[in-house]
Amino acid sequence: MSEGNRKELKILGWLVGLFLVLYYLPVEAARFQGAIIEAFKLAKWYAREHVLLCLVPAFFIAGAIGVFVSQNAVMKYFGPKASKWLSYSVASVSGTILAVCSCTVLPLFGGIYMRGAGLGPAVAFLYSGPAINVLAIVLTARVLGWQLGVARAVGAVAFSVVIGLLMHLIFLKEERAKAAQAQDVYLGDDEKGDRPLWQVALYFFSMVGILVFANWGKPMETAGLWYAIFRAKWLVTALFAAILGVCLWRFLKVRLAWIVLAAIPAVVLALAFPGHPVLAFAAGSTGLAVLTFFGGAELKDWRDQTWGFAKQILPLLFGGVLAAGFFLGSPEGKDAGIIPNVWIQALVGDSPSALLGLISGDGSHVPGWLALLWPVWTNFFASITGALMYFATLTEVPILRGLLDSGMGQGPALALLLAGPALSLPNMLVINSILGPKKTLTFVGLVVVMATVTGIVFGAIVN
Amino acid sequence: MRRIQVLGTGCPKCKMLTANAETAVKTLGVEATVEKVEKIADIMKFGVMMTPALVVDGQVKSAGKVLSAEDIKAFLA
Repeated sequence: MSEGNRKELKILGWLVGLFLVLYYLPVEAARFQGAIIEAFKLAKWYAREHVLLCLVPAFFIAGAIGVFVSQNAVMKYFGPKASKWLSYSVASVSGTILAVCSCTVLPLFGGIYMRGAGLGPAVAFLYSGPAINVLAIVLTARVLGWQLGVARAVGAVAFSVVIGLLMHLIFLKEERAKAAQAQDVYLGDDEKGDRPLWQVALYFFSMVGILVFANWGKPMETAGLWYAIFRAKWLVTALFAAILGVCLWRFLKVRLAWIVLAAIPAVVLALAFPGHPVLAFAAGSTGLAVLTFFGGAELKDWRDQTWGFAKQILPLLFGGVLAAGFFLGSPEGKDAGIIPNVWIQALVGDSPSALLGLISGDGSHVPGWLALLWPVWTNFFASITGALMYFATLTEVPILRGLLDSGMGQGPALALLLAGPALSLPNMLVINSILGPKKTLTFVGLVVVMATVTGIVFGAIVN
Repeated sequence: MRRIQVLGTGCPKCKMLTANAETAVKTLGVEATVEKVEKIADIMKFGVMMTPALVVDGQVKSAGKVLSAEDIKAFLA
């Protein structure tokens, strides 16, 4: 068969598939219609709650990391001659600045393993990277709650070192042999560090401040420090925006007149509509974006990087949110997704009663041994599913939100978060081509076991 | 005949670097091929950790950056 014929056949296949899907599409079914509406309800909820205040500043920060943080400064800790202790610590946290784009993780992992610091640090980097990049932390904490956000970041960092060390010890002999024949590695040129560290730090501090305080949640009680901060959050946010303006003016040499001009719409809107701070925030973000056109090359890079992230991640997130809404329903709609909540409760819920109810029709009596073993099963199931499933960048967050609302326990949610984004069937194949089947299986096994254990512990603490 | 290789797994940045390399070759008018190296194992052989990376005549020129067409011209001149 010629190349052309094969291509036509492929098109025919797609058309036939589409035809069959449409032919049997259950549009009349109430559940299906409800699920479609849920998908859009959820998309609306994200658009209202999470995009402007959370994602937009996070994109700016991620973009700034790509431009203003010297990645080569980190790379030298991954070289073959770097101190092992440093390699592990740096590998476990450097995902924050190196893994903002998921496509750089695998080449880096391969490089650290084959040319650089070796198996342990490479594995530590691979495991923690997807969980601790800025966008992942921000979105997890915002959408899933700060407990899960913190648990995810801390769990990922701690266990990346443990898994890395275990891998190193298990394959100690090979590692020794490999270290004996160190090869040259191109770590990139040293960037000319023309900007003092404190300037970069202040610049990031102002942006992180904007992000944190703009998203400050309303506390339960109406008194005390947290409530006071909540009351003043827009004032504090404005203060951080002013610091950012000063950074742009003093360090990045944007003309003061332009900065003031860019800030005017935000200030006017804030004074005219104090009840709708979102308007001022949107105006401020737009002002900042426009400002980047009136600066030097660094500001252009910043804009390009930020825009690159937005272009890459927003469509994925949009698809992920629609899918999560369709299958699992939105937070307000009770049990309206295509997948019934009771299935999720039966598989990964807090107690086995839903499963017993499905099997025998009576879920009120839970035998003691089952209640005891139940978290082991739910967490194991969550981590193995997470390990096999592919999550496009950050889509794990809306999907988990849906699962949690449908009755998934907090423990299994963390297990899935820890095992999920670090591993998937497709990336196991790539890892396999670098490490070989024995090491890959060991790694996957360690990840699943660790995620399960962490999930059990976290679930026990939260409950 | 110069040989330019762009190392990268196919992410947007790698595509941008490839496009910039092609622009550089075209505007300079030098004879050069631009090829993509997308397999991880092949990328590793160059000893590069950060992608996208640019290789000119078998020599790694940059890693982890999207060079502009102007930057790439300097390597070809």
